[in-house]
Amino acid sequence: MPERDSSNIVTLNGVEKSFGAVRALAGVDFVVGVGECVGLVGHNGAGKSTLMNILAGTLDADTGEIIVGDQPQRNYSVAQAHMVGIRCVFQELSLCPNLTVAENTRVLHRAIAGFGWRTRAGRLILNQLDEIFPGHGITTDSVVGDLPIGKRQMIEVARAFTITDAPLRLVILDEPTSSLDAHRAGQLLSYVRRIIANGASCILISHLLREVLEYSDRIVVMRDGKVVTADRAQGFTRDKLVAAMGATAVAKTRSSESSSVRRGTTPVRVQARPTAQTDGLDLVAHEGEIVGLAGLAGHGQTELLLSIFRAADRPRRGRFPHSNQANLSPEAQVGLASVAPERSVGGSEARSRVQVTDPVALIAGDRQSDGIFPLWSIAENIGIRSIAALRKGFLVSPEQESAFAQRWQERIKIRTPDLRNNILSLSGGNQQKALFARALGSEAKILLMDDPMRGVDVGTKMEVYELIRSEAAVGRTFLWYTTEMEELENCDHVYVFRNGRIVADLRRDELSEERVIQSSFEEVTAP
Amino acid sequence: MTSVGGRGRAPSLAGINVSRRLLRAILPGLSLVLVLAGIAWMNSRAISYFGINLMLNLAIPVALATIAQMFVITVNDLDLSIGNFVSFVACVGATWLHDNPPLGIVVLAAAVGVYALMGALIYLRNIPSIVVTLGMLFVWQGLAILVLPKPGGKPSPWLHDLMNLHPPYVPFPIVAAIIIAAVVHVGVMQTSYGAILRGSGGNPAAIGRAGWSLLKTKVVMFGLAGVFGVFSGLALIGLTTSADANIGRGYTLLSIAGVILGGGEFVGGRVSPIGAVIGALTLTLAGTLLNFMRISPDWQVGAEGAILIIVLAARALINK
Repeated sequence: MPERDSSNIVTLNGVEKSFGAVRALAGVDFVVGVGECVGLVGHNGAGKSTLMNILAGTLDADTGEIIVGDQPQRNYSVAQAHMVGIRCVFQELSLCPNLTVAENTRVLHRAIAGFGWRTRAGRLILNQLDEIFPGHGITTDSVVGDLPIGKRQMIEVARAFTITDAPLRLVILDEPTSSLDAHRAGQLLSYVRRIIANGASCILISHLLREVLEYSDRIVVMRDGKVVTADRAQGFTRDKLVAAMGATAVAKTRSSESSSVRRGTTPVRVQARPTAQTDGLDLVAHEGEIVGLAGLAGHGQTELLLSIFRAADRPRRGRFPHSNQANLSPEAQVGLASVAPERSVGGSEARSRVQVTDPVALIAGDRQSDGIFPLWSIAENIGIRSIAALRKGFLVSPEQESAFAQRWQERIKIRTPDLRNNILSLSGGNQQKALFARALGSEAKILLMDDPMRGVDVGTKMEVYELIRSEAAVGRTFLWYTTEMEELENCDHVYVFRNGRIVADLRRDELSEERVIQSSFEEVTAP
Repeated sequence: MTSVGGRGRAPSLAGINVSRRLLRAILPGLSLVLVLAGIAWMNSRAISYFGINLMLNLAIPVALATIAQMFVITVNDLDLSIGNFVSFVACVGATWLHDNPPLGIVVLAAAVGVYALMGALIYLRNIPSIVVTLGMLFVWQGLAILVLPKPGGKPSPWLHDLMNLHPPYVPFPIVAAIIIAAVVHVGVMQTSYGAILRGSGGNPAAIGRAGWSLLKTKVVMFGLAGVFGVFSGLALIGLTTSADANIGRGYTLLSIAGVILGGGEFVGGRVSPIGAVIGALTLTLAGTLLNFMRISPDWQVGAEGAILIIVLAARALINK
């Protein structure tokens, strides 16, 4: 362990941190060298975020030593971290939604004050955005809350790299690409490599192991609040990393298995056409299918899922107007719901037509704002979608509710000592599991997933994939919007979206990363 | 490659956002114009120098109290005690400030200090502001009665003269409203620390992580609320020439309504000082309009409430 070596930007020695009875960090030694990108991986709850919060000055360590350069730090704080050149992009976004892009930049820089501060802040962030994300299309007087989550993440990342009075020596990126599409993520990561070539350092935390393997110089693996392995990135492979993290399930791709059900043999559950679709192509999902919605982030996938959700919410009698009617079983035709969403996005003449045969449940992508009820217990959060089934007379039966939650805790392995604890006591991945339990425990036959696995660790993902496949096997239908190729491999059928339209319809045997990327980017030069 | 990222749709979406924001921004002004038009239609002589002076005089203390409430709402709190605080200040202003100015100034400064301490207490102990200010409501009420058990007192002559200025061409209440709105707008919306203050309502964690003291932002905002509460109470006795312990009783709800009518939100640091002042003027004039319409005072409070609901419904429609 090189101590007080000025070739290191930061050295952490024996850092410990406990929250109540939970020991988040059990003595961590951690070093970042000058001009080095350190990949930091581990399960949710391994202690990565806690460690980074200590390094960024937002949390105090219980014991241990923080050395920046060769200076041991006393009374280490956020302001001090900023002064010595350490910045952090936090996993949950740290922008003020009521402020403009320029004002949010000012928040990070005390030096931007006095007359003309707004113009200076605006210029600073705009230059940085241009440098990292060319063609970002963000104006500095936009209010951040009005922007989509992808753009917000771009702003937050770019903001961390802006320089005023303090130098920039180390940037901590905690899941920086979770809301970016592949194109933007690539731009960011190649920018990171550029600044590292110029002598800055970076800590990259990502659950996309490919990113970590490709862009890091050295990889540190954490488990249960300790560093378990650290080595040059070349020394790792994906499988080796997964093994070091102690993932509970081993990566298993289904590409070799043939699809168990042939398309068209089971009844249609969902048929939906995006508002912008003009060529008559429909998204069709049959019983027992896992259907993927792919493409770059923000190209109409979420909107289509939401219109399907609304269609099921206000069922009306109707018929499938399109060609696939022959696929419908007579029973399915009876209970059809047909709804044209009242708001047509983009003012297009073509109205989206959506038909749904069965109850629907949605697993939201933005867990904090659309998923959990932050004041409720875990059990209440799981039971809310099935409240009608948990009644005793007019009242909700607490016994039934907790039995129901218990059942799903065991099935989906939510790690908590007590389901009566507040939902926020769970780690991010376990909160997401609770949301899956809420949806899977309901009577819904159709499950809509709006990129729900953002920032979830590999082990949890594997468990959930398994669960999705087993639920599909017993006849449930999944519509799965995801930006990750790994997840598409679980799908029986994939629709690729671009500019609010379906541009490719891929069967499982046609599916490849190239095909998806190709379809996502085609015609970008066309008006 | 640069057009990747949904550019095709972006202009129309951005356009919708801009026009929505514009609509929201002009809604407070629009409601003021509508109320004014109603008054002009009912009684055209009211729209004159003296008519406006008469109708809007009492809007000045309401606008100041509304700004005080706005500071508190900016940091996601609510001040239920502002009306009673204004009464207390009026009582001090009509007695001690007149008879013994140094003592009066010390007492009023101490009252502002209490407001700042209230902010510190709310932040440090994480107590809901509604609880703290509800408690303080009774404290201010009790103190006001102790200072001035019976209606009476007299404002300092300078206060009376200030509130009865007659500037050329433009009536004093309008000049005062413009000055109040402009000063607070520059302070909160234009300065660089104003961005931090508003940000601490929008996402306190983000402001804390950037190294700013959330204790300080809370204390500053509550302190400013105290300062504008003092201004409001003094302006009120400058107009009424005497005080009583219940003189500002309606101000708490009026100030909350003014902030919301002016485009503010209860949470998230979204406020507008110009809107808040316009909201206060609208609410004051609404009372006059209802008088002209010969609606009995018994129904007026309800009618004011109805105006508030209509404007908020219009806003909800715009946001949709």
